Amino acid sequence: MRSDHQKLGFYLLIAPLLLWLVLLILLPHLGLFIVSISEKVGVREYETGFGNYAAFFSEPLYWRTFARTAIMSILATALTLILGFPIAYYIAKLTRGRTKTTLFMMCLIPFWVSELVRTFGWMILLRETGVFSQTLQYLGLTAGPIEFLYNDAAIMVGLVYTSILFMIVPLVTTLDSLDDSLVEAGYDLGGNGYSILREIVIPHAMPGIVSGCIVVFMLSLGNYLTPILLGGKDSLWFTGMIYSQFITRFNWELGSAFGFLLLALSSAVVFIGLKLSRQSLSETMGR
Amino acid sequence: MKITTLSTVIAVSTLAMSAAQAETLRLLTWGGYAPEEVIAKFEAETGHTVEVTTSNNEEMIAKLRATNGGGFDLAQPSQDRITSAQEEFGIYKPIDMSKVNADLFIPSMLAATAGNTTFDGEVYGLPHVWGTSGLVVNTAEAGDVKDYTDLCGDAVAGKVSYRLKRPTLIGFAYAMGMDPFAAYADKDAYQGILDKVEAELIACKANVKTYWGGGDEIKNLLRSGEVVASMAWDTGGWQLNADNPDITFVAPKAGALGWIDTFVLPARGRADEAAYAWINFVMQPEIAAMITNTAGNFTAAVDGDAGVSADLKARYQASFDQAAIDNIKWYPPVPAGLEAMEGATLDRINASN
Repeated sequence: MRSDHQKLGFYLLIAPLLLWLVLLILLPHLGLFIVSISEKVGVREYETGFGNYAAFFSEPLYWRTFARTAIMSILATALTLILGFPIAYYIAKLTRGRTKTTLFMMCLIPFWVSELVRTFGWMILLRETGVFSQTLQYLGLTAGPIEFLYNDAAIMVGLVYTSILFMIVPLVTTLDSLDDSLVEAGYDLGGNGYSILREIVIPHAMPGIVSGCIVVFMLSLGNYLTPILLGGKDSLWFTGMIYSQFITRFNWELGSAFGFLLLALSSAVVFIGLKLSRQSLSETMGR
Repeated sequence: MKITTLSTVIAVSTLAMSAAQAETLRLLTWGGYAPEEVIAKFEAETGHTVEVTTSNNEEMIAKLRATNGGGFDLAQPSQDRITSAQEEFGIYKPIDMSKVNADLFIPSMLAATAGNTTFDGEVYGLPHVWGTSGLVVNTAEAGDVKDYTDLCGDAVAGKVSYRLKRPTLIGFAYAMGMDPFAAYADKDAYQGILDKVEAELIACKANVKTYWGGGDEIKNLLRSGEVVASMAWDTGGWQLNADNPDITFVAPKAGALGWIDTFVLPARGRADEAAYAWINFVMQPEIAAMITNTAGNFTAAVDGDAGVSADLKARYQASFDQAAIDNIKWYPPVPAGLEAMEGATLDRINASN
C-alpha cells in the first residue's frame, strides 16, 4: 500500500518532465523528421526518401554555409573563453563581498533587455553614420566615414557579446571553489604565474570551461538575429538558411532536413570537444 | 404564461443573435492596412472586434500553411501569390460574391483580380490596396539612376541596396530587355532569363552595401545617407520625401512593378461574417482614404482617392506621369514551382564572391 503511494508520488512528480520531453521535444522532432524524409515530386505529391539530405551534400552552397557557421561558432566560443576567463577569475578570486556582487551584476545587466535591442545597440555603434565612425572622424583619425557593420567581424562581436555571460557564470562558480591555499602552495613550491595557471587553475576550472563552451557554442550555432542583422551580403548563417527554406521558399522538406543536420552537427562538435578535453558530460553538467 | 414564454424566447434569441453577430476578426495583413482609427470605427459600428497581425506575403502563406488555413479569418496576400498557394496547400476558401458589395470596388480592378485569383473555377481574391516597387533614389547624389541596372554603375558603388528576393530578379530582367512575365509558363525560357539576371547580379554584388530585409531598414539606410539608390516600394520613397525632398520614388525606365494586395478567406477561418463586414467597411470611400493616408498606397475603392491628402497625391503625380503608369508591369499569378527556381538563383547570388 505504502509503496503504491510512493509510486504514485513518483509518477506525479515526473509527469511534468515527461510531458515536457515528449510533447515539446520528442514529438516535434519526430514530425520534423517525417517531413524531412518526404520529397516533393509534384503539386501535393510526396515520396519518402532521403533526397533532401542528398540535396544538402550535392549543393556546395549548403554545406559551405554549414561549415562556415560551425567554424565561426567555434571561433566565437574560443574568443568568449579568452575574454571571459580573466573576468571570471577577477570576480571569483580577486574581489570580495560587495565589489564581487556589483561586478557580477554588471555582467548581468545587459541581459535584462532583449537580444534584439542589444543587437540594435551594436548597429547604432557600428554603422557608417554611427558612434564609432563619428568619434574617429571627430578625433581626426580618419578622413571619411568608416563602415564597421555588415561583415564577419561585426557578427563575431555580436556573438561574443551575446554569449559572454553564459561563459562567465559557470567559470565563476568553479573558480570560487578553488581553495586559495592551493595557489599559495604553488608559489611556495617555486611556481610562477603561468605554471600555476596551467597546473592548478585551469585543471580545476576545466568542468566550468567545458560547460561554458558547450553553452556558448550552442547559442552561437543556433543564433539567428545577430548574424542576420549584423552580417553583410556575404555573411551566410545556417539558421538563416533554414528560415529562408521554411518561410520564403515554402520548402519545409529541405528546411527540416537542414534542422536535423544542424542538430547532428552540434551534437558531434560537443562530443568531439568532450573527448578532446577528456571530460564527460555528466561530470561537467552535474557540478 | 404565454407572454413570459414568448418574451423568454425573444430574450434568448436576441442574446443568441448578438452572440452570433459579435465575432472576433483575426486579420492577417500588412503594416498600415488596418489603422487604429479605422478599427475603432469598425468596432463601434458593427460590434465585432478586430485582432491584427502584421506580416508579409511569404510569412502569410507560411503561417496559413502551418495550420492548414486556420488561426485567421481574413488575410491580405498579393494577388499573384494566391492560386499557386491554393493549388499547393489548399489554404483558402472561395469568396461568396453575394456577401460583397461589389459597387464599392473599381470594376476593372475587381475583374482583373478575379481573373488572376481564379482556381478551379472559383474566385479567391478581392482587390484592396495596390502599389508598385521601383527605385528610391537620393536625386541630389545619384540623379543618374533611372533604371534597375543603373544601380550597378560605378557612380553609386558601395552605396546601393536591394532585396535578395524575386522582385529584384524581375526588375533586372526587364531592365536588361527581357520579358520575364511572358516566360512564366515556359520553364526553360524562364530559367534562361534567370541565368542572365544571375550573372548580372553577381557582377553587381560589389556595388551593394547590404541586402535589405525590412522596410524600416532600407528607410534608415536612405535617411542616413549610407545608401543613395535602392530598389524599394513607392510608399517608402514618398515617406522619405516628406523628410528629405531630395529622396523620392522614381518609376524605372523599364517599368515599375505593380502589385495588388487582396482580401482572401483562410480555409478554416471562423468569422466569415465579420470578414465580409470588414471588407465592405474598409472599401467605403472615406475609410479607403484613411487607409491610403496611413499606408501610403491607393486602394481599389471607387472614389477612394477623394479624401487622400494633397501631399501624397502630389508625390504620387511627381513619380508617375501617364507614360509611367501605362508602363507599370503588373505581376501575373506565379505558377507553382517557379519560386523554387528563383530560390536556387538567389542562393547562388548570395553565395558568390
